[in-house]
Amino acid sequence: MATPYQERKITDPILNVGDEPYFEAAAQGRLLVKKCADCGEVHHYPRGACPFCLSPNVAWQDARGTGTIYTYSITRRAGPIPYCIAYVTLDEGIKMMTNIVDCDLDSVRIGQAVKVTFKKTSGGVAVPMFTPA
Amino acid sequence: MSINGKAYIVGAFEHPTRKAPDKSVAQLHAECAKGALDDAGLAKDDIDGYFCSGDAPGAGGFSMANYMGLKLRHIDSTDTGGSSYLVHLNHAAQAIALGKCNIALITLSGRPRSEGSSGTIVRSRGTGVPDEPYELPYGPVTVNLYAMVAMLHMYKYGTTSEQLAWVKVAASHHAQHNPNAMLREVVTVQDVLASPMISDPLHRLDCCVVSDGGGALIVARPEIAKSLKRPLVKIRGAAEAPKHQMGGKVDLTYSGAAWSGPRAFEEAGMKPADIKYASIYDSFTITVVMQLEDLGFCRKGEGGKFVADGNLISGTGKLPFNTDGGGLCNNHPANRGGMTKVIEAVRQLRGEAHPKVQVKNCNAALAHGTGGSLGHRHGSATVIMERE
Repeated sequence: MATPYQERKITDPILNVGDEPYFEAAAQGRLLVKKCADCGEVHHYPRGACPFCLSPNVAWQDARGTGTIYTYSITRRAGPIPYCIAYVTLDEGIKMMTNIVDCDLDSVRIGQAVKVTFKKTSGGVAVPMFTPA
Repeated sequence: MSINGKAYIVGAFEHPTRKAPDKSVAQLHAECAKGALDDAGLAKDDIDGYFCSGDAPGAGGFSMANYMGLKLRHIDSTDTGGSSYLVHLNHAAQAIALGKCNIALITLSGRPRSEGSSGTIVRSRGTGVPDEPYELPYGPVTVNLYAMVAMLHMYKYGTTSEQLAWVKVAASHHAQHNPNAMLREVVTVQDVLASPMISDPLHRLDCCVVSDGGGALIVARPEIAKSLKRPLVKIRGAAEAPKHQMGGKVDLTYSGAAWSGPRAFEEAGMKPADIKYASIYDSFTITVVMQLEDLGFCRKGEGGKFVADGNLISGTGKLPFNTDGGGLCNNHPANRGGMTKVIEAVRQLRGEAHPKVQVKNCNAALAHGTGGSLGHRHGSATVIMERE
């Protein structure tokens, strides 16, 4: 069995104040994470306050863009085409919700090495997704 | 201070409807309130505390209090999704213990079936929600968020689709005796596995129903409960716990039940082995497996084995669960199953469950809910009750 990846109509993110740099970087092909200057923890999703110590001293940094699949599901009956939702554990140690793309979805496995790629939403916003490394 | 023994559930009512296109949500709330008052043998003006969740029409419970003409000295509209009504029981018992009210009404209603809701639709929760820009583009829907939890459980613990299917099979054995249940046909493990795959590894029959309807509960001080002509259902312990993505240190191997369960048992002075009947939130089959482990009915990772071979079926299994058919077969009003979880536990403790599913000498019951999603953010709530 094979379930080839198909391009999906992606919902535009509705940004809140402070979200812009993440998506501007994504448009340039870069994945950002937030790091706290006080406690040193990296977090995701990115916030204006560190979720580990509430320090406001959080700054963007480039992620390596590689990681492994923590868990996933191929959604076969919600919308017109199947797609693969997943959590990926980044090399920085945090997990992010994402989609696995550009592969046979039936070949996706927990623990698989993946690297970031970017897909455009219907409104042209780039969002990070992952594909087998 | 403890709520153990400070409050009793004196009224419980499950609306019989499963599809109500001709009734408003507010009207359904009022019908549920009336049903619970009649069950308790109380009148509307006896109520001085009111609880509903954030999904009730209007803001903060005021619109519903207005609609029903309630005269209140305590109001609470805590929203933890489908577990809200278990949290409300906890909060009502606290308010009663502190003398803030004497008789509390809790109501739920909704019409997701008439309004075309489904667990396969991407839903925004309004403006300013901080997580949504980083999640909604990926198509998170109720079923695939739980499916990721199931996938991980299978990977880590060897849980199988057959084991998950047993949860549905048990629910269907109970639902056959419930004339109001949406799905009354007894199904087999093979039926579950043969149903369409919605989101790997969850099949259609791993998912709960979508139903209109609602329910209501009345909680009262001990002296009032003892003056009424109903069997006494005492609240022994209750606890709540939100769980989320922990700043990116996501761990989907356990739920908030791992926190709320032990606290509720401690307050009750009881342990899982004391429980004769359990109402376990069953949005999906995996939800039940995770919660049974986290509540301590079996060890982490052994939930699949625990639910297999009919162990949850009343009369044959070791832990009878969801004897009304649960959300998987009977009813999941407003996509919020915590209310019906309490109602069936009350029926069991009173000895008023259907005779085919009534647990013998049922003197201790647990109800547990998960609101939101095990796959990202949820509110867990546990309530332990005793027949006095």
